[in-house]
Amino acid sequence: MDTANAGSVRKQVRVYVTVFVALMALTIITVTISTFHLDPPLAIAVALAIAAVKGSLVAAYFMHLISEKKLIYAALGLTAIFFLALMFLPVSHFADRGL
Amino acid sequence: MEIPYTVDPRPDTGLYNAKLGIWLFLASEVMLFGALFSSYVLLRVGATTWPHGYEHLNIPLATVNTIVLITSSVTMVMAWASIATGSLGRFRIYMGSTVALACVFLVIKGFEYAAKFEHGLTPSTSTFMAIYFTLTGLHALHIVGGIIVNSYLLGPGAAMWRAEPARFTNRVEVAGLYWHFVDLVWIFLFPVLYLL
Repeated sequence: MDTANAGSVRKQVRVYVTVFVALMALTIITVTISTFHLDPPLAIAVALAIAAVKGSLVAAYFMHLISEKKLIYAALGLTAIFFLALMFLPVSHFADRGL
Repeated sequence: MEIPYTVDPRPDTGLYNAKLGIWLFLASEVMLFGALFSSYVLLRVGATTWPHGYEHLNIPLATVNTIVLITSSVTMVMAWASIATGSLGRFRIYMGSTVALACVFLVIKGFEYAAKFEHGLTPSTSTFMAIYFTLTGLHALHIVGGIIVNSYLLGPGAAMWRAEPARFTNRVEVAGLYWHFVDLVWIFLFPVLYLL
């Protein structure tokens, strides 16, 4: 959002409050689920899935990524590729060692 | 010489320059934290035993800190919405709240670190504690950076509002993007270090 339109900004305030409530609820849910001490693979999957939803809400609405210019999407897409490559480096390390 | 495209978007990018700049900076930040998260995965998967975060770390304190940081993200975006609609008074309230909440986060983190040191838990204690202090310490440094920038915009930086309101609004938006990123990193740090 380059030029802030007063009317649209006022509409967005309601969205910010809704996102805030959702983030709080998801925080409580993830802490509550952690008390069940699930098996590690399931616990990791659930915790990261909730974190991904929370992160997406922050990025989409607070950082306005839901309505951004193509150039920013392109830069972030490239970043995502390199980030995923970083995350898979440990996997390739253990695959090489046959672990 | 006037700095170009501080308010109007550049014709070729469609963005004012500071906005493209902050997003490229945040992209580099993703790689910085990404490298550390990747190291965490490598160390954890390669370790014969790995402690559960909840056995060594204070989950209630970290949960409160999560709530504090999420709330500060909301006050930050409300600060931007206030200045974008022309209300310097409400901007000051929301931006002041953001800075105050950031300080609360650091104080709570300070208590958390102090408790660890009291129990003899330092970065050299174990691989887990080393990665815990590295990740949370780097994140805390980012909080300090945000406090400095947001305090400037709340104090002397706000003088720009009178002469160049659109440019000041863009500065607040750019500072907000950084602050939301710091919140976003914590959203992933919290479950990875404390809950798993």
